[in-house]
Amino acid sequence: MTAPALEITHLKKRFGGLPATKDVSLAVMPGERRLIIGPNGAGKTTLFNLITGDLTADEGSVRLFGHELIGMPTQRRVHLGLARTYQILTLFPRERLVHNVVLSLLGLDRRRWNPWVVLTGSRDLYDSARKALERVGLGDSAERVVAETSYGERRRLELAMALAQQPKVLLLDEPLAGLSQGERQTVRALLDQIPRDVTIVMIEHDMDTALSFAERITVLHYGEVIVEGTRAEVVADPRTREVYLGE
Amino acid sequence: MVAVGVCALVLLAVPWIIGNEFYINMATQVLIYGLFALSINMMLGYGGMVSLGHAGYLGIAGYACILLTIAGYDQLTAAILAVALSTVAAAFFGVLSLRAPGLGFVMITLALGQIVWGIAYRANTLTGGDNGIRHPARPMPLGIDINNAPRFYYFTLIVFAIALFCIWRFSRSPFGASLMGARDQPRRMRMLGHNVWLIRLITFVLAGFWGSVASILYVYYNLFLSPHAISLQQSAEILLMAILGGASSLTGPIVGAAIITLIKNVVSTYVERWNTLLGVTFVVVIMFMPYGLVPGCTQLWRRLRERGKGRKAGTDKPGTNKPAAGNTVSDQAA
Repeated sequence: MTAPALEITHLKKRFGGLPATKDVSLAVMPGERRLIIGPNGAGKTTLFNLITGDLTADEGSVRLFGHELIGMPTQRRVHLGLARTYQILTLFPRERLVHNVVLSLLGLDRRRWNPWVVLTGSRDLYDSARKALERVGLGDSAERVVAETSYGERRRLELAMALAQQPKVLLLDEPLAGLSQGERQTVRALLDQIPRDVTIVMIEHDMDTALSFAERITVLHYGEVIVEGTRAEVVADPRTREVYLGE
Repeated sequence: MVAVGVCALVLLAVPWIIGNEFYINMATQVLIYGLFALSINMMLGYGGMVSLGHAGYLGIAGYACILLTIAGYDQLTAAILAVALSTVAAAFFGVLSLRAPGLGFVMITLALGQIVWGIAYRANTLTGGDNGIRHPARPMPLGIDINNAPRFYYFTLIVFAIALFCIWRFSRSPFGASLMGARDQPRRMRMLGHNVWLIRLITFVLAGFWGSVASILYVYYNLFLSPHAISLQQSAEILLMAILGGASSLTGPIVGAAIITLIKNVVSTYVERWNTLLGVTFVVVIMFMPYGLVPGCTQLWRRLRERGKGRKAGTDKPGTNKPAAGNTVSDQAA
């Protein structure tokens, strides 16, 4: 049996008296597409923040291909092959799109420490950044400033920044949030094109799109995993209905 | 490019343009304070870190340089050791200050600057306390005597030009881009694999290094150092220079340094309440140009030009943002 790409065991986090994550365990296999659903406040984004290190866990372990991530600063986790997109867009609004992706590429490049050379002289970085933008259909917008682009384009930029790093495990936090029906189809098609050597964990509320994308689904409720299984199993499970439709 | 050439020529010609020794010395002071402001701006403008302890480097590097020279070291060794010591101190200050974000950071830098001031004030046997201490003499780089005003101006100009070039490269480098990214979106930068803490610490150290270089120039210029020169007011003034001129630009801090130095030295001979004038200038500039003089004037100039163009062309074609884009490039180059 192969080792899981991402393995979470007995992960716990409380904010004051409020437990946000109460003993979550799950394993995502390499190449898998995993969907995490759950009502508002179920602890989905908190779980992502614990995986990335934006929040420190109280207890438990998070392993990326066997490497323990807990206790490691965020940037080291990224160097091990972790990437994420944010539900609330976190971009560099005054910069050009291509510069946003260059910053992403720099994150894994030794040249980021160089205070002497002129950045725009690094043609290869800009070429890869443009390629990453082309992949999400923003090739023609590379020189535009983020503040001048539409919301849908920014969502795709988020994706381009994460994909440019060629991560092994990609965490997508509501990649379809706030998009129109047409834009959803575009992003959905982009997600389908991501190669299978990237493991994807996705939080999403748009069930039509998300259910068809994911192979396995985890339902979180009040910081606990209440159902986990294949699409059919989860949809058929009465506890899923209970959480979503109320008793 | 043309603008850079013109500026360089003007700076080179300063001693000819103004024959008066008093004003040549003023120009030298502008360069020294310009370098202080440039160094603090590496943190402030590019890194978003406000420091109120920058005069601490003047204290450490300045006193070290004087004491080492008095102890018998030659001028060059004393200067190098002093800058090295002060830069190491910057690394130590950086580690302490970066423990706290935002306002905490400002307060720690302020406290550290005050500690240096306090030591200078109290350590009578070493620093001469309130009376200050004299630097024996100006150095003779390559055997050239730099005691008269024009020669010292050129000496300062050479150091200033080297520093400006390095800081300009810094601002356009991958490291500079990472620093600005860390200023705008620290959380995102971490998630992209950047070590935000280390980026800030290195910037803190580089700013300390150039601040120390400026300190050596300060000591050579004044041939004297006392605790008054490294007080909180000095730190605040350096900070104000950068803000007044425009912290988001490379040239802003130099312009700010020029204005404040001139008000302090020239206007104070005519107006008794020059401090008030300084305050009023600052308030007026920030009210009308919240990002400082240089970015404010660039924006104003661009708007006037576009208006002029619109009047000439009447119905303009949609390609009007092309020249604006060209403008930003030349701004960065200038």
